[in-house]
Amino acid sequence: MTEKTHELRLTVNGVTHELTVPARRLLSDALRHDLGLTGTHVGCEHGVCGACTVLVDGKPMRSCLMFAVSAVDVEITTVEGLAHQDGSLGPVQQAFRECHGLQCGFCTPGFLTTITAGIEENPDPTEDEARDMIAGNLCRCTGYQNIVKAVCRAAELKAQGADR
Amino acid sequence: MKPAPFDYVRPGSLGEALQALAGHAEAKVLAGGQSLVPLLSMRLAAPAVLVDINALPDLDHVRVDAAGVRIGALARHARVLADPDVARVQPLVTQALANVAHATIRNRGTTVGSLVHADAAAEMPMILRLLEGSVDVVGPSGRRTIAAEDLYVGPLESSLHHDEIAVEAFFPALPANTGVAFAEIARRHGDYAMVGVAAVVTVEGDQITSAKAGYLSVSDVPVVVDLTETLQQGGDPGETALALLEPETDIHATAEYRAHLVRVLTARVLTAAVENAQERV
Repeated sequence: MTEKTHELRLTVNGVTHELTVPARRLLSDALRHDLGLTGTHVGCEHGVCGACTVLVDGKPMRSCLMFAVSAVDVEITTVEGLAHQDGSLGPVQQAFRECHGLQCGFCTPGFLTTITAGIEENPDPTEDEARDMIAGNLCRCTGYQNIVKAVCRAAELKAQGADR
Repeated sequence: MKPAPFDYVRPGSLGEALQALAGHAEAKVLAGGQSLVPLLSMRLAAPAVLVDINALPDLDHVRVDAAGVRIGALARHARVLADPDVARVQPLVTQALANVAHATIRNRGTTVGSLVHADAAAEMPMILRLLEGSVDVVGPSGRRTIAAEDLYVGPLESSLHHDEIAVEAFFPALPANTGVAFAEIARRHGDYAMVGVAAVVTVEGDQITSAKAGYLSVSDVPVVVDLTETLQQGGDPGETALALLEPETDIHATAEYRAHLVRVLTARVLTAAVENAQERV
């Protein structure tokens, strides 16, 4: 039996892609397999770990809990879309580098997208608010202390206009 | 961990959505999908057709008036949580929503979807029961209102017919002299609670004239217990509640520990709700 497919357009990091996928294609798999954007990582694939978090119209959402066919009419931002135009690191990426906010790096894309939206909403988070911001993301290297530091540092960098 | 194949429709009107549902006994409605997609991925559910209602117009409203809060089927948890009018008219909805999963899940998940998903471990079904709210559904024979007490018939089972779509939930406003409180214990904030309890208490001076508590994650449906008499007679409300609850052991907590949490949290939310009621006199 050949599975029925759907033709759709996804707007990812400002670029519109046309793809043909079965309805059951998860957004995470469409990004990785169909579009080759492998920065989005898939951990638990049922919404617990947060590794696959992308921004949908600027808000963090689990790409493993959405179907690609349902992600039309929205702007998706993946970790590949967080750097500056010239390829230099965005404020959250820069803060992770400065604060040693990553170890193995597997969970990092989900943290970067979540925090990007988080400091947009709360430009000056306290340490407690930083912890709350990342409560839905798991780091199995357990590097949370430095990730919390990176949240606060990212907010500083963004405020300093490092966010060009 | 991939869903089984299904047919997919994304109707542009409620009429088309109902038609798509009517044709298939094995059809399922997709709104936020934050509970449904994991069930599909784990193949605990394999509907033949998914009817995606995300493109339906005029269903993402949050309307607040003196009677209460009306929430449309496409209003995301995050939107309801952030609405200051909801917090003013029915603060228990706001307090409970802050405990629904993580912010990332609340950005996509819908409050109405959570209500009809009917998970006894979820916050909002219990809150709807406790506040005696209702859900409006539309089906082939028109629109009907299902009272919360008639909505939850079993684990993950609501009284919606397969060809009906829940379009709006109603949470009544909090009356004067009445206070609320919510507390839950989860292994991590945002995880499913091992036990959650909410209370609604009405006072007249120093007298408690009505006290009810709702329980999540303790039995296989959300349970509401009337504690008025127990409190008026100086009894132990935790024991009254446990007589009507069936805590079970699972991977997250033993039955004994759940019973302990029921006693502790019942006392805690009743105290807080009484204080809140006295502030609202």
